[in-house]
Amino acid sequence: MADIKVTVDNITVTVPEGSTLLDAAHKAGIDIPTLCYLRDINEIGACRICVCEVVGARALVAACVYPCTDGMVAYTNTEKIKDYRRKTLQLILSDHDQDCLGCVRSTDCELQALCKRYGVEKTDYYEGVKNDFAIDASSASIVRDNNKCILCRRCTAACEKYQSIGVIGANDRGFATHIGSAFELPLAETSCVNCGQCIVACPVGALHEQDATAAVKAALADPSKTVVVQAAPSVRVGLGECFGMPIGAEVEGKMAAGMRRLGFDAVFDTNFSADLTIVEEANELIERVTKGGVLPMITSCSPGWIKFIEHYYPELLPNVSSCKSPQQMFGGVVKTFWAEKKGIDPKDIVSVSIMPCTAKKFECGREDQSAAGVPDVDYALTTRELGRLINEAGIDFVNLPDEPYDDPLGESTGAAVIFGATGGVMEAALRTAVEWITGKQLGKDLLEFQDVRGVEGVKEASYKVGDLEVSVAVASGLANARKVLEMVKSGEKNYTFIEIMACPGGCVNGGGQPHVPAKIKNFIDVREVRAKGLYDLDAARPLRRSHENPSIKAIYDEYFGSYGSHKAHEVLHTTYVARKVNADHE
Amino acid sequence: MKVSSVPFKGTKDQEAKLLEVIAKYKGMKGALMPIMQEAQEIYGYLPYQVQKIISDETGIPIEKIYGVATFYAQFSMSPKGKYIVAVCLGTACYVKGAGKVLEEVEKILGIGDGDCTPDGKFSLEVCRCVGACGLAPVMIVAGDVYGKMTPDRVEGILAKYE
Repeated sequence: MADIKVTVDNITVTVPEGSTLLDAAHKAGIDIPTLCYLRDINEIGACRICVCEVVGARALVAACVYPCTDGMVAYTNTEKIKDYRRKTLQLILSDHDQDCLGCVRSTDCELQALCKRYGVEKTDYYEGVKNDFAIDASSASIVRDNNKCILCRRCTAACEKYQSIGVIGANDRGFATHIGSAFELPLAETSCVNCGQCIVACPVGALHEQDATAAVKAALADPSKTVVVQAAPSVRVGLGECFGMPIGAEVEGKMAAGMRRLGFDAVFDTNFSADLTIVEEANELIERVTKGGVLPMITSCSPGWIKFIEHYYPELLPNVSSCKSPQQMFGGVVKTFWAEKKGIDPKDIVSVSIMPCTAKKFECGREDQSAAGVPDVDYALTTRELGRLINEAGIDFVNLPDEPYDDPLGESTGAAVIFGATGGVMEAALRTAVEWITGKQLGKDLLEFQDVRGVEGVKEASYKVGDLEVSVAVASGLANARKVLEMVKSGEKNYTFIEIMACPGGCVNGGGQPHVPAKIKNFIDVREVRAKGLYDLDAARPLRRSHENPSIKAIYDEYFGSYGSHKAHEVLHTTYVARKVNADHE
Repeated sequence: MKVSSVPFKGTKDQEAKLLEVIAKYKGMKGALMPIMQEAQEIYGYLPYQVQKIISDETGIPIEKIYGVATFYAQFSMSPKGKYIVAVCLGTACYVKGAGKVLEEVEKILGIGDGDCTPDGKFSLEVCRCVGACGLAPVMIVAGDVYGKMTPDRVEGILAKYE
């Protein structure tokens, strides 16, 4: 595409044809404020906060959707524009619950930041009726408070475009307009998969996770309970952002130290059970391939993905690996193997997980996730919730020393840590499956399966493994998952193994990760930055194959016997249920 | 948007007609509005069960259908009652006290404009000028016109309809 010249606030920049005024200004080092704009998924020019003056234009234009022309001259920061933006903010506040002090988004709210920037401080610019919406806390994962909603539609765009689900949208019209589900059904009664992409899309406090920090603090204060914590791979490249560290900063050691200071009796690592997942899943894959089982086999780590297939493709459930997710495998192991080893009654163990995910909250309440007769995991906290706990405890996170995770469930390989990025589970599984099938060790140069790395929505690769032709696909974001599943259903593609993660880019970009304001997200691919942290950790690990993890070897020797054994099935595997997209109502 | 609590009484015949309509528009861009319009012609309104059929058959999320249904005034989610009660709020009727008549109807039937009583007997509509201003205020029940209405006559009139 041809390049064009645009002058923004007297700075001339060259941009590709088709660029918006927002892009040109960004290139000129100017931050035009946005609220409704989310690149690629919500380009509707609705909120009017980004209005600018273009010489020759009839009226103010919305910079986020205004296409540049060659020689165009624009101003982004005149007094007229600032007055207009101020008025827009005042009007938004006129129907906004200004519970800012107690709001979960206080200090990382995009509306609050803009009000501060433009000196909109008073709360009573306009008199008049205010909407009074009931809070929807029906979901195990997500809470909606429409009294704080600014109707930007970023959540509905995420639900519809990233995930192809669309259980939320704008209902009614005019002043009564609000975001909700069909027939105002509570979110829990819809086909919502709890992925939380709506939460991370939200610029304000209208959406947040079901907060379980109070229950965890109560458990920590109860001397009769042994409180055990595990933290997922992606948390270590997200948590630092809660404390002002750069996006994707790797804080594996500080995180262990922080959790220990919070008072957890054992600080373990979900990476351990990621390795466990790989050996069980690779074993299942080889069994399916050699014994004529249902193929392609599809991964089962992502609970948002699992609920999606249960609602939308129940006919493909036999393709899903029966392996529990790493969170649940971990919980199962803690309350069986570890409890026995320590001589603790599983009922006295409180099993907490720290996850980049909101769907994990739903997952721990699922049926058939109770290896010891009590739930494998009691509370799943998001990365954000752990950040709040550490902050409340007065722990100086940034200056914490690096500490190790506790044995034996804290030991892990590089294969486990890449679970957080799209393609990571596939790569980890291939490292193990290929070596098991061929009986030969992969050289260092062959250990990295580059074809399945990167943030593209759908990735495909084919590998010759011994006599086998192994064809794989990797999808992240459920709209991409749908594309892959349709190709499987139509017979267009014959894959052996498919990895699916519900969130675009995988868990690093999960619905439980720290908020990144759109002004950053629109110009930096947060998924790539966080994923890089995980791949760097993998490359630096002495052990990079799940089956090499000494603690994994030990647990099979001591407890499970062999991969896929009866006992392994009791603790580490689960079942799924077919669900409807639209429930039957009388 | 008010959603009726009247039980759904759709027939197999109506469903077959709706499926035909959906098949007719299958794969067409912008098909949702005409499907919804024809569905409303078949059923008289768009209850959950009808929107569910449209969603299940087209793959369009039911929330999207509901969003459209609640945006446009032409779509209703309340069935028409056996007897339609219309109260005129045109200028002449209004100044002659039709507001009080409407209030009385709403109180007795326990429903508002556009709703249907749970037993499916009466539905209520507010209308604007029926061209009988000399009789203001005017109420129409099942096509019978009642002129010079007062709130105290409402109960007796409605009682005539079984």
